[in-house]
Amino acid sequence: MPDTTALTKSTDVPAEAQTPAATDAGPAPGKPRSLWSDAWHDLRRNPLFLISMVLILLLAVMAIFPGLFTSASPRDANLAEHYLQHPKWGNFFAPDWLGYDVQGRSIYARVVYGARASITVGVVVTIAVTLTGLVIGMLAGYFGGWLDTILSRITDVFFGVPFIVGAMVILTTFEERSVWVVILSMAFLGWTSIARVARGSVITIKQADYVVAAKALGASTTRILTRHILPNAIAPVIVVATIALGGYIAAEATLSFLGIGLAEPTVSWGIDVSTAKDQLRNAPYVLVIPSVMVSITVLSFLMFGDAVRNALDPKMR
Amino acid sequence: MAELKKEQEPVDATPHVSEVETVDAATEAEAVAAIDAPVSQGEPILQVRNLVKHFPLTQGILFKKQIGAVKAVDGISFDLYAGETLGIVGESGCGKSTVAKLLMTLERATAGEVFYKGQDITKLSGRALKAVRRNIQMVFQDPYTSLNPRMTVGDIIGEPFDIHPEVAPKGDRRRRVQELLDVVGLNPEYINRYPHQFSGGQRQRIGIARGLALNPEIIICDEPVSALDVSVQAQVINLMEKLQDEFNLSYLFIAHDLSIVRHISDRVGVMYLGKMAEIGTDTQIYDHPTHPYTQALLSAVPVPDPSAREGRERIILTGDVPSPANPPSGCRFRTRCWKAEERCATEEPLLAIPERFVAGTTPASHESACHFAEEKDVVHAA
Amino acid sequence: MTTIDKTAHVPAPRESVSGDGPLLDVRDLHVEFHTRDGVAKAVNGVNYTVSAGETLAVLGESGSGKSVTAQTIMGILDMPPGKITQGEILFRGQDMLKMSNEERRKVRGRKIAMIFQDALSSLNPVLSVGYQLGEMFRVHQGMSRKDAKAKSIELMDQVKIPAAAARISDYPHQFSGGMRQRIMIAMALALEPDLIIADEPTTALDVTVQAQVMDLLAELQREYNMGLILITHDLGVVADVADKIAVMYAGRIVETAPVGELYSRPAHPYTKGLLDSIPRLDQKGQELYAIKGLPPNLTRIPAGCAFSPRCPKAQDICRTDVPPLAPVTEQDGLELVGRGSACHFWKETIHG
Repeated sequence: MPDTTALTKSTDVPAEAQTPAATDAGPAPGKPRSLWSDAWHDLRRNPLFLISMVLILLLAVMAIFPGLFTSASPRDANLAEHYLQHPKWGNFFAPDWLGYDVQGRSIYARVVYGARASITVGVVVTIAVTLTGLVIGMLAGYFGGWLDTILSRITDVFFGVPFIVGAMVILTTFEERSVWVVILSMAFLGWTSIARVARGSVITIKQADYVVAAKALGASTTRILTRHILPNAIAPVIVVATIALGGYIAAEATLSFLGIGLAEPTVSWGIDVSTAKDQLRNAPYVLVIPSVMVSITVLSFLMFGDAVRNALDPKMR
Repeated sequence: MAELKKEQEPVDATPHVSEVETVDAATEAEAVAAIDAPVSQGEPILQVRNLVKHFPLTQGILFKKQIGAVKAVDGISFDLYAGETLGIVGESGCGKSTVAKLLMTLERATAGEVFYKGQDITKLSGRALKAVRRNIQMVFQDPYTSLNPRMTVGDIIGEPFDIHPEVAPKGDRRRRVQELLDVVGLNPEYINRYPHQFSGGQRQRIGIARGLALNPEIIICDEPVSALDVSVQAQVINLMEKLQDEFNLSYLFIAHDLSIVRHISDRVGVMYLGKMAEIGTDTQIYDHPTHPYTQALLSAVPVPDPSAREGRERIILTGDVPSPANPPSGCRFRTRCWKAEERCATEEPLLAIPERFVAGTTPASHESACHFAEEKDVVHAA
Repeated sequence: MTTIDKTAHVPAPRESVSGDGPLLDVRDLHVEFHTRDGVAKAVNGVNYTVSAGETLAVLGESGSGKSVTAQTIMGILDMPPGKITQGEILFRGQDMLKMSNEERRKVRGRKIAMIFQDALSSLNPVLSVGYQLGEMFRVHQGMSRKDAKAKSIELMDQVKIPAAAARISDYPHQFSGGMRQRIMIAMALALEPDLIIADEPTTALDVTVQAQVMDLLAELQREYNMGLILITHDLGVVADVADKIAVMYAGRIVETAPVGELYSRPAHPYTKGLLDSIPRLDQKGQELYAIKGLPPNLTRIPAGCAFSPRCPKAQDICRTDVPPLAPVTEQDGLELVGRGSACHFWKETIHG
């Protein structure tokens, strides 16, 4: 009965001033609750999120420290001994566990080392795309007028280019295609959806009274954008970005498979799937294993994005 | 607490001015000096002259062509005196909120002037404008959208100090914010909470604390209690009255609730379709209205007292407020007015003391924009 | 297809059925919401009745449970998170909570209609007003397109929309706020319901338009001999049209009274506080009386009387025992018809 304390106090000061949150406020009066802590509360209880998080962490460790998972090198080719050697399913985590490919390289080692390319491309493209899209979307949405007209038309033009076809066109112009070339070409085409989401979100937020209040105080444009607009407009952008991450990993695999993404000697699941397609009949595992890895990775990020969206989207509550 | 008092302002202002003068723009420094100078009680602190705001209506996507204008505010003039509360009432679309935005320089006036201590704020920019903004603050209608949900209460109330760092040294800010919370009747320990942990009334107190932070002289209140529950409205109104006495504030109190406006205001202006229909002291407007619109507005207010309403005459207007994009010629109220004649359509009535009342000293002798102004008490039972 | 002549047709069947008992009888209704912050007890034992031709005003602030009660009656409560834990809603003696979905749908919509606060969001923006009005007749009464249109114009005339025939193909956004609320009223009236629930029907409107709409509502209610539940937070609005008032606080009815009596002699400290806290138009007061504190959090309603933490009269008993809605009498014990107060100290409040 904390509320009764109010009764003994003087009447001229409102009781709300004296009873610390006894009459209202949330269940844990001492603890501030924000959108992010609410979202975290939801996420921790979401099995989808937990599973995807475990998988993503595992993949991340694999990408950073592949040596922890296997002692074999992905580039050691021993045609004489291991040409299309079948998997020995019982030898967990041994180099011959998942068998050898057509050049006599350990598939397990290649799968482990291939994670780095996929994760790097996915994460870096997402970061680049989010930053570019956010800046363009915020400028267009906040300033409006001719700047918005120009930026929005540019966005439309880029949005109209089919992603894979566009990336193919760009990549074919490069002789040497490193991870960074692939990342750049994908980021160059991918920022449009983020820009659109950010623009829409900013247009809604900029009309809020707290933005008007900041203007009335004489706040600078930079301050309004960074302190008021960005923190409130970011949630939908993060949702789109996390879901897009899985898509970029799939796109990298696709491009590499088509032979215009990453190229040897880079280790990539997409390349492995591509080289394995000729042996599909006599050695299907050579193709299936890297494909499954791509699927698991993409699925993990999609599930992660889905969980984040559910947690951040107030309409779902 | 003493730092918050207005008396300290002149002391504060002197070193500030000398610092400004070292800057090359001497005129700007003069403007800042004028803005920071004190105004004695009863002098006009804000003078609005023929203020006009037209929002252009455009057509076409690429080449925009103006096809008309929404005449939101169409030539209004009034004075706000130091230490008083001027109430502005009117229905939605009458332009009262646009007036608030113009006075806050959130919108650029199409024409007209707003003199704040002799400086026309519609033409200021840079440092001088910033100085004006420090002295004119605003309290918003909706306590749910006027506070940034991602900022703590401490950050919200402290933001004015970040923008105007000369007002409070950095180490002092937390203490100042806690003092402000205390002043508006909130527990200073709430400093690290987020807005959504508070009720509407408490949020409005936070908004008021933010408005007070810079020791302003004028606070423009745009429907500050209309989003609150009845039992909480009274608390906030009492708080605002207390703060006015304590800090010698001038209020421009914009609202549609005529009872609350009467309670808090010293003078009241009635707006209709971008024009001021009638303006005077609260007694002149409420007990001796001479403009038919004021009379209709007052008579339509539901009174929660069946015994008081029995003898009251109710004027029920027909139709709606016309569009401000296409207002009627002559008197704007004529389309709904029971007194309208030929003259009302052709000749626009000016806001002035009606001829028949000019000589007298009756309470009916106040400014009213009607050709056929006559006194009629609609509030008291016959 | 016969066109129905309203004035001749309407009163006849009503008199026969409404002879005995109220139209709507809400008994001991309890509604909770299961949220992350706990169980919010929105309605905690509400009882009220409405008869044909009667207007009941349900007065309360946000969170008092006035709108949740109405939503429960209309069957538009979101479940989950809402949950009806107890109670009956009798419409002409039949418990709507026990009806099959099909039966309930027949009652709601045809016999009970609702008017919302925000007319713009309640009307479909991409369909013309005439289409939306006509739909009621086409779907529920199987009228032809032409007849439905004629009926729609007739209805729009009845709610006093000028030039109804010309405006029938206009879209909702082309009407002003007051006109849109009239269209909402017309839609509610279309099937000639027995009961209309109006949830803050004039809150979004300007004062001068408010008066028009309230007058219209009162006039149509008399004409159709309907029951009307008027949900509002505005003590001023109800004074004109209501017959009786139920004041709600924290999910309970704290006071009931015929309209005049409530204002002149409130019997609950909350009602008294509300009346005192409203500034008067016809006199300039000093400091406003303010009820201290805030309405309670519905997940943690104070023990005993929910109003006790804010009540100037509260004693120890108020913090432990929930006061029942007791009949209010004159000092000499003479019963005051229709009056009740859920306060341990109602005698002191009304007579003291």
